[in-house]
Amino acid sequence: MSHIIEVDNLSKKYKLGAARRHEDNLRDALVHGLRASWQVLRRGWGDGANSSGPEWMWALQDVSFRVEQGDVMGIIGANGAGKSTLLKILSRITDPTEGCVRLRGRVASLLEVGTGFHPDLTGRENIFLNGAMLGMKRAEIESKFDEIVAFAELEKFLDTPVKHYSSGMYVRLGFAVAAHLDPEVLIVDEVLAVGDMAFQRKCLGKMGQFGQSGRTILFVSHNIPAVLNLCQRGIVLEHGRLTFEGDAKSAVEYYVGAVSRPEQRSESHIIDLWNSSRRPPQYQRWLRKLEVFSGDGRPFTGELAIGTPIRARVEFQLREPTANFDVRVNFVDLYGQMIFAARSSYEPNRNWGPRSGVQEFICEIPDLPLTQGEYRIEVGLVLNDRCVDYVEDACRLKILGSDFYGTGKIPSVGFLVHEQHWSLK
Amino acid sequence: MTRDNGEMIGMNSAAELVLKPHTGWQPVDWQEIWRGRELFTFLVWRDIKIRYKQTVLGGLWAIFQPLLAMLIFTAVFGRLAGIQTDGPPYPLFAYSGLVVWTFFANSVSMSSNSLVGNQVLVSKIYFPRVFIPLASIGALLLDFFIGLLLMFGLMIYYRWPLSADCVWIPLYILGTLLTSSGLGLILSALNVSFRDVKYVVPFFIQMGLFVSPVIYPLSHVPARFRVFLGLNPMSGMITGFRQSVLGGATDWGFVSASFAMSAVLFVAGLFIFRRMERRFADII
Repeated sequence: MSHIIEVDNLSKKYKLGAARRHEDNLRDALVHGLRASWQVLRRGWGDGANSSGPEWMWALQDVSFRVEQGDVMGIIGANGAGKSTLLKILSRITDPTEGCVRLRGRVASLLEVGTGFHPDLTGRENIFLNGAMLGMKRAEIESKFDEIVAFAELEKFLDTPVKHYSSGMYVRLGFAVAAHLDPEVLIVDEVLAVGDMAFQRKCLGKMGQFGQSGRTILFVSHNIPAVLNLCQRGIVLEHGRLTFEGDAKSAVEYYVGAVSRPEQRSESHIIDLWNSSRRPPQYQRWLRKLEVFSGDGRPFTGELAIGTPIRARVEFQLREPTANFDVRVNFVDLYGQMIFAARSSYEPNRNWGPRSGVQEFICEIPDLPLTQGEYRIEVGLVLNDRCVDYVEDACRLKILGSDFYGTGKIPSVGFLVHEQHWSLK
Repeated sequence: MTRDNGEMIGMNSAAELVLKPHTGWQPVDWQEIWRGRELFTFLVWRDIKIRYKQTVLGGLWAIFQPLLAMLIFTAVFGRLAGIQTDGPPYPLFAYSGLVVWTFFANSVSMSSNSLVGNQVLVSKIYFPRVFIPLASIGALLLDFFIGLLLMFGLMIYYRWPLSADCVWIPLYILGTLLTSSGLGLILSALNVSFRDVKYVVPFFIQMGLFVSPVIYPLSHVPARFRVFLGLNPMSGMITGFRQSVLGGATDWGFVSASFAMSAVLFVAGLFIFRRMERRFADII
């Protein structure tokens, strides 16, 4: 039996940098064109294109997968992993650069709640407009109108322009319309990140019913419990590539790194950033090396106790003399949440002036306040207020339980530990 | 979005939609446009509704614009310059041209900004993109009809009889629609990459008023320049429309040249738009 969705070797590249930022102006397009041709004349065809041409970024690379009818599939990945690009191609908003997709069935996609709502139109008017945009027929909207209004719980505000709605009401109306679509395939982006908890649960319930009735759902979310709840299958995208395909639970486990990847465990406390494979494609090489030590100066072994010191040495290069740079060392949990950010620009006594060439910066954190668990250390370099290099997941840090407060117990709740004093008044 | 006609889960190849890279010129997908006709009417209705809600005078603007222009041009050209119109009183003459011109000018300027003004629709949802610029023109058609009513009112006031040629009016409306749609499609697509369009369009519309026979009769133009004027499709539409309302001999050769131009412009617009629309979501 053929699949309802077949994705084969799908790739998408975007233009980056200069071309994207400035060429929305005819003069710049002309100047750019002239400059490029001048460079071609001066240097010959080969390099001209390399040095001044636009930079390209592969948002998706060679992604292939199959979806069977009735599958509810979660698409998991960090920000910038290519999830949205994939959904945009599947929803026909943008064309792929390479590869192809075969869709066999009526598809509705919901990349944003309430797309096309106009603030000056009333709730009633927007239901019709949005419904039509999502592919419903007029008669279909009319027959489901009361149901939509009841689902959104907005009976009283139907004739109020939506500009007077609260953001919660707006989301409710938007989702209510979308929830009453009747497609064979529903594509849903991160839309449940908004709205109150109760309504979120209602939406998930509705989607669950939808999935049980044999229809196909592609669901993108950062909400890991929602993915586990709703989906049977999952794929993981990393830097535009599909790195895992399987059942939802294994996909989530793979994503959060509970299943440890062998290459992840760095054997040494010295991490080569220059050749790292964890640099998202939009960045260029500036960072060279990261060295991590525990507080007493011993090489880091991958584990630290709660509240102990840590020292990171970052080596990078500056191609031109500049004083406007910022080195960043971020501590991120396995769900992608940044818990703690260390930046050289937070140093009040930074009188290091304009510098160029290879630099070594040392970041000392007297007692790292993270609680028990696994974290990723990510390193970035910001130059002239623009992030030029970033290495995600440069190394893993396991914080081991310890009796931080000296009570004989290991603190285990919350993200942080911090010195505190209690007294009885 | 409705992508196929299959009511049930269509697993046959007829219901299969293939998404793949496209390069170069593409055929226009008429089927898809036809299937989206309901959405198109919704978008026209939306544009009308919003415009009328956001303005205090709403539909009255449809009359004020050509009417005020008519009064000014009557004072300047009718009285001071003493332009002869070969027949109808100058105010009627000017208004008949201005009502068509106003529709054309507003259509071009509204549609050329329509894609940029609806960025969210372009980047978050899919439906035939041509609907966006075309709907903004469709919405202006209502204003045009209101302006046309005033035209007949003025004719009663000046006791000027309606020409027997008035059966041709729809033809000239069609020609004007084709011209403004063609330009609107091209300019709206260009505006996505080059925001300069926004500044260029008003300037050329202003110039266009003077190189089209809106406020002066075609007979005032020396014969050797008339050929160039004929390349401007709006000159045929305006003179043709005027003659079919107010009477006078129709220069069919001139009018058909304008029709040919407007058809070319429309088809070119559709294809250029089709070629450029692939990149809209990536660069808007």
